[in-house]
Amino acid sequence: MTVEFRGLRRTYGPTVALDGLDLTVAQGELIALLGPSGCGKTTALRCVAGFERPDSGMVLIDGNDVTRVPANRRDAGMVFQSYSLFPNLNARDNVAFGMRVRRRPVAERHSRADELLELVGLAGRGDRYPHQLSGGQQQRVALARALALAPKVLLLDEPLSALDAKVRVSLREEIRRLQLELGITTVFVTHDQEEALSVADRVAVLKDGRLEQVGAPAEIYDRPATPFVAEFVGTMNHIPGRVTGDRVEVLGQLLPIDGTAPGELVDVLVRPEAVRVTPAEAGPALIMASSFRGSTARLRVQLADDSQLLADVPGHDAVRLAPGLRVDVSVVERPVLVTARAATSDDESVVSA
Amino acid sequence: MAAVTPTAVPVTAAPLPVAGGGWGRRVVLLVAAVYFLVPMVIAATFTVYNEAQGFSLGAYGRILSAPGFVSSFLLSLALAAATIVIVLVLLLPAMLAVRLGAPGLRPVLETITTLPLIVPPITYVVGISTSLREGADALAATPFWQTLISLQDENFPFVLVLAYVVLALPFAYRSLDAGLRAIDVVTLVEAARNLGASWPQVMLRVIMPNLRSSLAGAAFLTLALVLGEYTVAALLGYQTFPVWIVTISGSDGQLSVALSILSLLLAWLLLLTLSRAGRKKS
Repeated sequence: MTVEFRGLRRTYGPTVALDGLDLTVAQGELIALLGPSGCGKTTALRCVAGFERPDSGMVLIDGNDVTRVPANRRDAGMVFQSYSLFPNLNARDNVAFGMRVRRRPVAERHSRADELLELVGLAGRGDRYPHQLSGGQQQRVALARALALAPKVLLLDEPLSALDAKVRVSLREEIRRLQLELGITTVFVTHDQEEALSVADRVAVLKDGRLEQVGAPAEIYDRPATPFVAEFVGTMNHIPGRVTGDRVEVLGQLLPIDGTAPGELVDVLVRPEAVRVTPAEAGPALIMASSFRGSTARLRVQLADDSQLLADVPGHDAVRLAPGLRVDVSVVERPVLVTARAATSDDESVVSA
Repeated sequence: MAAVTPTAVPVTAAPLPVAGGGWGRRVVLLVAAVYFLVPMVIAATFTVYNEAQGFSLGAYGRILSAPGFVSSFLLSLALAAATIVIVLVLLLPAMLAVRLGAPGLRPVLETITTLPLIVPPITYVVGISTSLREGADALAATPFWQTLISLQDENFPFVLVLAYVVLALPFAYRSLDAGLRAIDVVTLVEAARNLGASWPQVMLRVIMPNLRSSLAGAAFLTLALVLGEYTVAALLGYQTFPVWIVTISGSDGQLSVALSILSLLLAWLLLLTLSRAGRKKS
């Protein structure tokens, strides 16, 4: 089943939540709608669920226009951000709720509910009430409940945001496993870039109700189409640069420009892992701080003009590249994204490498 | 100058202050208990003791055989049942609709439901009797006249139900509001709708089961109000239970006080049952 957003527009008074969203989710695909608060990602999801009616545009599920179809006839299972289990029902009855509403026989709904609870790793916990389950377990039950009626589409509205970090990682992997196993078309709303990049087939980045970029996670990260995407996905250094022909001079290097330059004086956007740091006794830069992260370490490096940037180095280099060490700083040779120079940038502070 | 995309700083909630207990609380409880219990004890003593006969439970023995007791009590119970049904059927969907569709109207609804506490009952009765009188004149030539007359049927004066519904609004609203605040109504309703539930199914299978305590509280408060409401019934000329108690007090003071005590005990019993049920659920 495919899901299509066609020219979807939704306003709340003067606020534009969705501004002509066009997006197609392919059969069996997991697409993540990623963006900051207020970018319209949840509104888009709620339009598919039937909880929001767009001012204009259409939502199509499997080619059928469902824009005006009531929420209870959409055939789209949803997992909510907040815990949404019915407090008066135990886990089994929560999962079986949709089947009960559709008047399926008791035996059938109980066996299906137990089967789904087993699928989400909660076998034998069907008799527990929501208040007897942890947050992660509650969201697993909610996932089983959303899948109980074998819906055409699975909608996930930041289902992991209320959970602690460890549970969040394990549950998102489980969601992906289930999604692949069932081959269900899934729309996953999140503001967590790591979550989006790690589970989605494609990521759609939204800003102010508009689609900024849609693509595979690696494409979004490595080849951001706009400065906003580059900023929003991952950490980014802004290093002052000067455009020379089709190249930009930054940290003493001449690098090719990805796209077109907005002027002569620009900010060059460089990810921490694209910054190279090498020890040099008379180096112009100084390591100010080091934050060990296991496989990598993040260094805060002060340049000759007192400006700072972040660099990610392999974890095993953390001891060698300790704070107080003088270093050379350079950027990996590949096309870089440039934006108009921010007001705070100082033209005179370009570092000589 | 080189800059870095800022990262969010985690915010930690400050711990809430914990209320202190101790002697102050006990003193307040004691004073409150004395304030309520002393009149009760004096009233109870009056029902079982008089100087001529000494101690006697006669007043309680006379209750069932007292003329008019059964009919007035049954009438008040029937009026209470009808009032409870109408209050809940009117109020719960309205409160739900406001929460789901127009949260901005909540203060309006709250104000409207508070009005019966502000308007004196006597003003209310004058309004009702004027409406009934002038309505009868205005509707005399229409089929609605019969409806107006049947509203005032002595066997079941539905006009009292309508009046009690208004009087019960402040109490029922607050009880239901407390229940609705305790659950995430919007998410639960959306979850149920997403799973294919129609609106009546949402109401019967999701909202009402999760509001059991609040619904019982609203029903109990309405029952207590109807069993104790005197002004409207008396001034409109109906013999409900409280009106009968006041009537009988002229000829048998002990009996009327005994009945008042029994109805108070009945109310306490109901309240106790409710709070126990609420505790069990939590």
